[in-house]
Amino acid sequence: MSTEQNGSGLSLFRAGSGGGRGPSAYALFNPPPVDKVAVEERAAALATRSIKKAAKVAGLKLAVSMMDLTTLEGKDTPGKVRQLCQKAMRPLDSDPSIGPCAAICVYPNLVPVAKATLAGSTVKVASVATAFPSGQSPLSIKLDDTRRAVELGADEIDMVIDRGAMLTGDYAKVFDEIAATKEACGAAHLKVILETGELGSYDVVRRASDLAIAAGADFIKTSTGKIQPAATLPVTLVMLEAIRDYYYASGRRIGMKPAGGVRTAKQSLQYLVLLRETLGDAWLTPDLFRFGASALLNDVLMQLEKERTGAYQASEDFSKD
Amino acid sequence: MGQITRSEKDSVEKRSSAALDFGAAWEYAPAPEATDHIRIDPKYELFIGGKWRAPRAGKYFQTISPSTEQVLAEVAEAGAEDVDDAVKAARQAYDNVWSKMRGAERAKYIFRISRAIQEKARELAIVESMDGGKPIKESRDVDVPLAAAHFFYHAGWADKLDYAFQGRPHRPLGVAGQIIPWNFPLLMAAWKIAPALACGNTVVLKPAETTPLTALLLAQIIEECELPPGVVNILTGAGATGAAIASHPDVDKIAFTGSTGVGKRIQKSIAGTTKRLTLELGGKAANIVFGDASLDQAVEGIVRGIYFNQGHVCCAGSRLLVEESVHDVIVRKLKDRMMTLRLGDPLDKNTDVGAINSKMQLGKIRELVEAGEQEGAERYSAPVKLPEKGYWFPPTFFTGAGQSCRIAREEIFGPVLTIMTFRTPDEAIEKANNTMYGLSAGIWTDKGSKIFHMATRLKAGVIWGNTYNKFDPSSPFGGYKESGFGREGGRQGLLAYTDVE
Repeated sequence: MSTEQNGSGLSLFRAGSGGGRGPSAYALFNPPPVDKVAVEERAAALATRSIKKAAKVAGLKLAVSMMDLTTLEGKDTPGKVRQLCQKAMRPLDSDPSIGPCAAICVYPNLVPVAKATLAGSTVKVASVATAFPSGQSPLSIKLDDTRRAVELGADEIDMVIDRGAMLTGDYAKVFDEIAATKEACGAAHLKVILETGELGSYDVVRRASDLAIAAGADFIKTSTGKIQPAATLPVTLVMLEAIRDYYYASGRRIGMKPAGGVRTAKQSLQYLVLLRETLGDAWLTPDLFRFGASALLNDVLMQLEKERTGAYQASEDFSKD
Repeated sequence: MGQITRSEKDSVEKRSSAALDFGAAWEYAPAPEATDHIRIDPKYELFIGGKWRAPRAGKYFQTISPSTEQVLAEVAEAGAEDVDDAVKAARQAYDNVWSKMRGAERAKYIFRISRAIQEKARELAIVESMDGGKPIKESRDVDVPLAAAHFFYHAGWADKLDYAFQGRPHRPLGVAGQIIPWNFPLLMAAWKIAPALACGNTVVLKPAETTPLTALLLAQIIEECELPPGVVNILTGAGATGAAIASHPDVDKIAFTGSTGVGKRIQKSIAGTTKRLTLELGGKAANIVFGDASLDQAVEGIVRGIYFNQGHVCCAGSRLLVEESVHDVIVRKLKDRMMTLRLGDPLDKNTDVGAINSKMQLGKIRELVEAGEQEGAERYSAPVKLPEKGYWFPPTFFTGAGQSCRIAREEIFGPVLTIMTFRTPDEAIEKANNTMYGLSAGIWTDKGSKIFHMATRLKAGVIWGNTYNKFDPSSPFGGYKESGFGREGGRQGLLAYTDVE
């Protein structure tokens, strides 16, 4: 890996990632502070945007196309994953103009099933890796986990950072693990999960975002979905601001994925408003924004059907996969 | 990008062509607030002694919507005789009822007004946006709730005044003549009426001639709340009506919010009398951003400081003093942020910037902006499409202005920001205080100690740290120097309506 490769343009990282290990190598790195009160106010203000009619339909269809339909449970089976894949390819049988979703997100063992089911579609297979969800394993195991997931066919890898290292100030470890995972990904896209619910403050979220981006993340992602709180509007705003500053500095666009806690169509529109008014039109694409969700899709479909037919349909009218 | 090394700064400049695109990829559909249930009468009379009465001279004027230029209603123009009637009614109500009533009883009436404002919040917000041009999200989320909060807060004081002045004996002043501006019509009426009533005074209030409607709706509320007749009298009219109130010999107290020019005239006109006076006048506030601030949040504060209510705010952060090291990045972020400001129909729930309040004010803004261009400052206006009807001005800022420029010295009272730089905290203080005004200031830094260091040296009545244009009835508001004197809100605000021995 190298920062040349990911084109970060942040030369100050180069010193740390190559030779000198340890926090001191990153002493120059000083992310801007985040004002908690103001960032929460801004997120709340954007959440009051009134999205109606054609804008609502367009926004919800966009949301469907940005969804990483997710199942990450110990009880996951090939049958469950196949059903989810069908849903991702054609979310609503009555309206083929809706969808497909962006990806299916599963554990490595289920990647081959997803890959086979989705063959010929545009839906990507994302796999969690790096000792998801805790990340509390030796680096060699995390890298092996990553390589194996890619070998099994994953197009995208959702890794977790070492939150323990982040909170003890061992930023070099966090940085180097991300950089090494990026290298292990090869051509697969890397989403870096910060697990913001464990980081404790927006300042640490901002620092972790900057670190992840500089170390090679294609996407930064809020949460594993296993920890509360997961994605929130203000934490997403803080991460979008990191992406914006990096874009200003480098001209390169990093993606964003809020995951966990986004359950309703209304919430998904609030996230899209946040995105649109922070980063602008170029990010309104599944290439640069994803929702990590399991329950969201059916609520979005219900709202879309309501806009189309003028009446709410029963929940039984939507497949529960 | 905040604190950066030289090499990174170079790279920022080198790559500055990377531009965000705020276009039409996902347009918001219009989301107008429904107005079909709103009743605006074709004609409004004067509210004197608890009754609606035609003006003695029979004169009326029109109030229009600045966003559509449509006439909303005809409104009575009070002459000197009407003012005399209103003052007499207020005097009688003071002598016979209100000054003798126990504080706990007064509190009930004031609390009732607060509740009625909350019940009619939607109607009041819509009418405020129609008559004044401000976005519905501001009238709905700021003006009306704060107006209710002011009555609620002061209802609490009415029976606790013995505890407000360290046990010193106190009494109300009598009849208060109150003249309010057009930028926050209902809220300013609440700021004036609530403390006056709580302290036991009676009121003759004149709203601004361009925005009389919500004060008249408030008069209807006061009528419905069955306040004793004459305790609150509302007279509509223009400058002459205000002058008649200020010069009436039986008015004990004048409270004026408006321009510094008119404030000076009022003060001259009452020289040598025993009338008490509080003035809340103009401002040219410094909003000071240090390099160590949360810059993205500071940009929000800059926007809130100057584009809130189209900049028709006496405490607007109209001078941005930014540490030179972050000037370029702040300007870049501000430009991007301004691309997302939605200007248009005040009644659309997604509108951020509404109409300029009047043709006259629009002319004043244009004049000062032209002066800025002539003085050589660089102008940037958000590329918004202005509606054809109505009075509009795009969100605008100037860079490269000097302290001596008119746009850096005079109150524009519009959505126009003047950006200047400083190098050290001392320089920031010197520049911030280098104005005839002293109403408000803002400080943006991640260092709490720096906020306190700055705040003790800034000559401004209200200072915000890492926020801007935040209001609360418990927090006193008022100015230094030519921004006026006296405080409104909080315990200090009670002094403006009380004689304390």
